[in-house]
Amino acid sequence: MAVDQAQTVTTAGVCAIAAYAGVRAIGAYNGRAMPRAFVLPDLGEGLTEAEIRQVLVREGDVVREDAPLLEVETDKATVEIPSPIGGRVERIHVAPGQTVKVGQVLVTFGDGGAPSGKQAADTLDPTRTLAPEPKTMVTDAGAARQTTSAPARTDGPVPATPATRRLARELGVDLRTVSGTGPGGRVSDEDVRTAAAAPPPAAGEQPPARPSAETPVVARPLARASVEPPPLPKFEQYGPIERQPLSHLRRTIAERMTLSATLVPHVTHFDRADITDLDALIRRNLEAGKARGVTLTLTSFLLKAVAQALGEHPHFNASLDPAAGELIVKRYVHLGVAVATERGLIVPVIRDVDRKPLLEIQRELGALASRTREGKATLDDLRGGTFTVTNIGALGGTGAIPIINYPEVAILGVARGREEPLVRDGAIVPRLLLPLSLTFDHRVADGADGARFASAIVHRLEHPDALLLGF
Amino acid sequence: MVMGDLVREVDVAVIGGGPGGYAAAFRCADLGLETVVVDAGKRLGGACLFEGCIPSKALLHVAAVLGEAERAREFGVDFGPPRIALDPLRKWKSERVVGKLARGLASVARGKSVEVVGGRAVFEDSRSLRVEGDEPQKIRFKHAVVATGSQPAALPGAPPASDRILDSTAALDLPDVPERLLVIGGGYIGLELGQVYAALGSKVSLVEMTDGLLPGVDRDLVLPLARRCEKAFLAIHLGTRVGDLRDVGGGVQASFADKTATFDRVLVAVGRRPQSDGLGLEATRVGVTARGFIEVDERGRTADRHVWAVGDVTGEPMLAHRALRQGKVVAEAIAGRPAAFDNVVVPAVVFTDPEVAWCGLTEREAEAAGRPVKVAKFAWAASGRAATLGRADGFTKLVVDPETGRVLGVGITGPGAGELIAEGALAVETAMLAEDLALTIHAHPTLSETLMEAAETLLR
Repeated sequence: MAVDQAQTVTTAGVCAIAAYAGVRAIGAYNGRAMPRAFVLPDLGEGLTEAEIRQVLVREGDVVREDAPLLEVETDKATVEIPSPIGGRVERIHVAPGQTVKVGQVLVTFGDGGAPSGKQAADTLDPTRTLAPEPKTMVTDAGAARQTTSAPARTDGPVPATPATRRLARELGVDLRTVSGTGPGGRVSDEDVRTAAAAPPPAAGEQPPARPSAETPVVARPLARASVEPPPLPKFEQYGPIERQPLSHLRRTIAERMTLSATLVPHVTHFDRADITDLDALIRRNLEAGKARGVTLTLTSFLLKAVAQALGEHPHFNASLDPAAGELIVKRYVHLGVAVATERGLIVPVIRDVDRKPLLEIQRELGALASRTREGKATLDDLRGGTFTVTNIGALGGTGAIPIINYPEVAILGVARGREEPLVRDGAIVPRLLLPLSLTFDHRVADGADGARFASAIVHRLEHPDALLLGF
Repeated sequence: MVMGDLVREVDVAVIGGGPGGYAAAFRCADLGLETVVVDAGKRLGGACLFEGCIPSKALLHVAAVLGEAERAREFGVDFGPPRIALDPLRKWKSERVVGKLARGLASVARGKSVEVVGGRAVFEDSRSLRVEGDEPQKIRFKHAVVATGSQPAALPGAPPASDRILDSTAALDLPDVPERLLVIGGGYIGLELGQVYAALGSKVSLVEMTDGLLPGVDRDLVLPLARRCEKAFLAIHLGTRVGDLRDVGGGVQASFADKTATFDRVLVAVGRRPQSDGLGLEATRVGVTARGFIEVDERGRTADRHVWAVGDVTGEPMLAHRALRQGKVVAEAIAGRPAAFDNVVVPAVVFTDPEVAWCGLTEREAEAAGRPVKVAKFAWAASGRAATLGRADGFTKLVVDPETGRVLGVGITGPGAGELIAEGALAVETAMLAEDLALTIHAHPTLSETLMEAAETLLR
């Protein structure tokens, strides 16, 4: 009855503002007896079924471990399910278009399927693999926080009261790594809080190459702050209430927005771009674009302008590593574009915007936005962004301050362009003005940096020739 | 209701209405989760209330009263020989004690809107189960909690339970007071029930396979109990196996230690085994050990992320208070709170006369692990309170970390040890130092002073 195989197939890393970080597929391999049945793995909270899009193997095929078996589509994304083991596919129980439930048998493997060493290791603690993501922001962010002062204890329980141990769990502190200051080495609430506020150890991975800076600076982790929300009042005393569970996407958005808003000191710079000339250019070329199957929109020019400005201001195309005390500057420009869908905000990503011609950006943008609205965006569509543009113009308003799509460091908000009276050479002229707001992480950049970066974007929008020539 | 057609959707389905089950269900309800309990007897309380802790303690109280009345002759008070009427005794036990508590649990369940469905639950998959029996239905759940408990283990090779060969459940029903009773098993169940029947007038013989009573417990803690049992029982055979057990009509013939003897009834008390079969667990990903225990992590979650388990079915020690705590942990974990069963101590109490209670690290365990400990003992012969009770046969023991002085374990033998161990459990669970016990004022004259006194012997 034991779960012989359990494996995390996919984990969406950093996706989108609205991100959608949660899609993970866990392959469950019921290895009770030969032949072995592979069932639809649990796809994450809230997802109980999926549609088979493609079957990538045929009966009789011998597949390697991790080779793609099937492509399934949930109401969130399309996920490829790899084989949990190497072996011969004896039977395929499903066909494209069919809706399958979690736990339903997809494929039966014949004899000869043997779990590999990696798989075996994964099974040692199936419950861990099967357990959900940490539930709260606090534990998520602070998982396995350690202090450096105490070596990990291994003998017996850590001396602490049950209440202190609960506090440690709530703050995501591993008690075994906390040195107790109480009598007999007892760990107090205070010790736990101190440990929770201490920076986590540096990640174990190979650090990326550092630029050969003229002045060698020693990287040190930043201090950490934690915030506990106070309990909610009993609203029932004021009138009837209803409790509605959040959807998976809503919860993901909520968690990531909370993370960003509590972790990142936001600062916003406002500017306006005179896009009268750019607008004329777009209008002039609309028909020509359509002849090539593309509808020109302002967004693609915006993306191009942002990508070029990021080239001049690379520290806005970055992520802060507070643990290492380093800024991770990305040498690629993948721009996220916020798309409002019926289920919530999702931010698909267009890759290498700096290197693509405008027409291609426009073409990708159209396809990506409709895929996203239809719920057909793949995980790859949603991750890897370095900077986000959110255009709220279609819905009106004069401006907005978006929240940074963590762990990016800046986001550009664009409101509706309007014809407004502008004083030029002493005369009032009607011009088409586009309100922009650049919100950025004040840990990474200061107001002057933000102003310069915003100007670089505005300059390109106001001078389409510079934009198109890449000046 | 259409047979089998009803599909109910709930947040949490709890299987089994014992302490682990109702603790989980009540806490789930408190946390706003729609919860239903499936119980074969359509009642809350489980083995603890109906065939374990509670009825046995009621009968042990009767035995204690009989013992005290007899000992009162020492003080010059003679009640005369006791007359025992079994019908009123059974009625008191099942109505005034068990019945009252059962009604209390039922009313708590109603107050918390926890419905109890009668029937046997069988998993159909990781999200649904089928209820067979009185109220057949399907239940779709987001989470299931398996709290099916344990049942008395049978003696390998022995004939099945009958009128004369009883398990602990049957013995607690008190069918009669047999003249000659054989108790097989010198663990806590055999000793508790052996003392009950001895007090009621049976001649009790006890057979234990290992070389001592209460296997696994520190020998010094067991000694006062063993001495008392030697007086109260007809015979105690240690290191002995019962070879053959035969119902011969009018009695049971048992052969052990190279002889054969006939008894009016035999109580088989050789332990309990987890109840994990017949639940349809093979339709889930739940992992079960060779001994039938459901494997859970520290939050009580099985290998199937929708299925949790608590209580006896998850392993030793099979004690109601462990299940109660596990039930609350699981409920909070289901509700998304960072709960874990991280308890250091699960106190154990044998409700015999004298009571034996211990918690945390025992001397035996320390020795087996090669862990150096300091041991402090205080004999009740020096306790004022023990003297006034006429009971000087108890003692209190602390097992302490030699470096830090932290209390790692506590053992107590004597009347009231089961109540006294609470302070020991608190000391170990909260990582107190022996000094803390020594420097806390304990009321005088009470038996609780013995904990303080034992701790004082460690002060320099």
